[in-house]
Amino acid sequence: MHFEDTPEEAAFRAEARDWLAKAAAAYANPPTAPWEEAELVRLGRAWQRTKAEGGFAGILWPQEIGGRGGTPMQASIFDEEEHAYNIPTGVFITIGMNMAVPTIRRHGTPEQAERYTRPTLLGEMTWCQLFSEPAAGSDLANLRTKAAQRQDGSWLINGQKVWSSWAHHADYAILLTRTDPSVAKHKGLTFFVLDMKTPGITIRPIRQISGKSDFNEVFLENVVIPDANRIGKVGEGWACAMTTLMSERAGSRGGESDLDVATVIEALRGTDALADGAAQVKLARWWTVEQGIQNFRHRLTTRMSKGEPLGAEAALVKLAYARKLQDIAAFAMDVEGYEGVAGDSPLREQAEAAYQWGAVMRIAGGADEILKNQLSERVLGMPGEIRADKDIPFDQLEA
Amino acid sequence: MDFDLSDEQKMLAEETRRLLSDRASANRLRVLADAGAAWDEGLWSDVAAMGLLGAAIPEELGGVGLGEIDVCVIAGEMGRGPAPLPFLGTVLAADAIRLAGSDAQKTEWLPKLASGETVAAYAWNEGRGAFHPRRMAAAVKAGRINGRKAPVADAGLAKIAIVAALENGEPGLFLVSLGDASVSPMKGFDLLQKQSAVTFDGAAAERLPGASEAFIEAMQDRAAIYTAFAQIGGAEACLYMARDYAMGRKTFGRPIAGYQAIKHKLAEVLVEIELARSNAYFAAWALANDAPELKTAAATARLSATTAYDLASRENLQVHGGFGYTWEADCNFHFRRARLLSAFLGGPDVWSARLIMALQAANAPLAA
Repeated sequence: MHFEDTPEEAAFRAEARDWLAKAAAAYANPPTAPWEEAELVRLGRAWQRTKAEGGFAGILWPQEIGGRGGTPMQASIFDEEEHAYNIPTGVFITIGMNMAVPTIRRHGTPEQAERYTRPTLLGEMTWCQLFSEPAAGSDLANLRTKAAQRQDGSWLINGQKVWSSWAHHADYAILLTRTDPSVAKHKGLTFFVLDMKTPGITIRPIRQISGKSDFNEVFLENVVIPDANRIGKVGEGWACAMTTLMSERAGSRGGESDLDVATVIEALRGTDALADGAAQVKLARWWTVEQGIQNFRHRLTTRMSKGEPLGAEAALVKLAYARKLQDIAAFAMDVEGYEGVAGDSPLREQAEAAYQWGAVMRIAGGADEILKNQLSERVLGMPGEIRADKDIPFDQLEA
Repeated sequence: MDFDLSDEQKMLAEETRRLLSDRASANRLRVLADAGAAWDEGLWSDVAAMGLLGAAIPEELGGVGLGEIDVCVIAGEMGRGPAPLPFLGTVLAADAIRLAGSDAQKTEWLPKLASGETVAAYAWNEGRGAFHPRRMAAAVKAGRINGRKAPVADAGLAKIAIVAALENGEPGLFLVSLGDASVSPMKGFDLLQKQSAVTFDGAAAERLPGASEAFIEAMQDRAAIYTAFAQIGGAEACLYMARDYAMGRKTFGRPIAGYQAIKHKLAEVLVEIELARSNAYFAAWALANDAPELKTAAATARLSATTAYDLASRENLQVHGGFGYTWEADCNFHFRRARLLSAFLGGPDVWSARLIMALQAANAPLAA
């Protein structure tokens, strides 16, 4: 057990650090004002290209497709070093890198893999995910968006998607549709790549409680997709979607509005709050969760670097993180009393954002309740949920 | 980075588990508890013969010459039963002698502690509340100790004790033969680790020359880390005991393991255990390498492990329903041991305060 870099790891870290010192010099300090969305996307694309050209994008991807052919440990080291900078990036990059391309490469044809891999790596293609629907969230396979094949082989898509982060800045989408309603719900699904410039797509931003609008409703009306954009066989969409979601979880990290114990202690240093026993117990609890998550991640990285697969227990990271975030943010607001909910304190502003982001994180990418099902079923081997609709053809289900 | 136990350490865990799974089974513990036994002497000999008492003691002094992480691994397996053995006191006493003792003390005692011939107790506590090395009444003058330490774990079995006391107003650790002290049993919540009050009335007390106030504080951190591993071992035993029971127990026509009320409860326990294990690994690393993070890592590991064991032992009984409250069920031993291990080094309030003070004391700003 040790935390020192091996000579190989140290050499890689030094190389990454040197490279970042030059390539990311412009991002050493936070931007003076937050980037506007379009500017963020422009800078994010450029940074992705810079990284790809420097050999630091797709560290885990094989060299023959433009990756580095590196190790999980190298990916983790680069993340750590990159984290020291204020890098412009977002889901418009990570959905492509961590979800779309891995799914296309696993289930698609060699031509499809060729077509999407390199442009995504270079930041030329940005992506969004069109999976969830108003009646298909945790129960994703309940989705209704219909894909019907036409005479010429192309597909006609009609339906509505929701919670599609950054869809308004995406060049392409990964899309899950129903192609056969006469079979049980998991069996009639098919997976596509959709060019977001195709006629018939309407993107309507959803106004969120935070005041931001970074996810969308996406309406698909008579959208035509060529059969060449179908990934995997007709009816095998569920297997493709599982690959996507497993990749999402493996890549999941932190969030956009963080608040940790160290920050709260710094903000409260010198006040009575830190001498209060009840506050100490709470802060200590959240510290142990933060440290537990970080140390747990180190265990996962070690395991993956030895060639072992990421186990189902990885789901606990998001579960523990999101709840802690909401709790500590509530505390940070409470601790200042009335001024914790009104006024100019920087802690208050950060806490407000974190409190709201905590609510997002407890739902997005697998709600707390779904994650607890997964942990109990896949790690502890307890029985799966009763699925009353499992074997019933989709078109015979009650809405 | 390689943040995992080594293959040898995993093998050590497996071998220890194999020995204890049968010899420290719940059925065996019930027999011992019914008989009012304070330990399993035969098992102690076998554990000693496997080298489990001398993991951190150098080979030339009768030990195995491994390190603190190996002691942690063994402590974790001891916690799973929990094994009815005076393991922690003996190991802590051996560590105190190994790290702060004179050459003569090491030569005399470490071989006997490694072989199991001598059982030792570690006696620091006096009365209620958080322990502080400067607030002790026990005092040594001209090589003689006076005072009362209580509770002391396994003092009824131990031949010697390492005792915290003041000498000329300065905290120190002293080696005392318990044959020269009055040891009287105390009532206790745990059935298989007996607690005693130890009264010294002029017994000969040999100073461990290297034991300063800071060393005594560091012994608390060390005890917290070994205990964290025992707590996690116990918590994991509870989790799988509950899981297995839930898989077999049916209500309303199906196993209760299929209900979310039970699944989610055990998922929560799993989360606490994995976070605690991750923190305990880090603390073990910090201990073995005397890392600057040792103090915060020890408090972090202790708090996490206490939370995990507390939750696991209570929910294990809950999942068993009314049966869990019977003598026949196996929940009882962990239900009691979890409380003992939570309280005995000071409860979560004490360690939370310790942790937050240590974090504030960090010179550099904490926020990245």
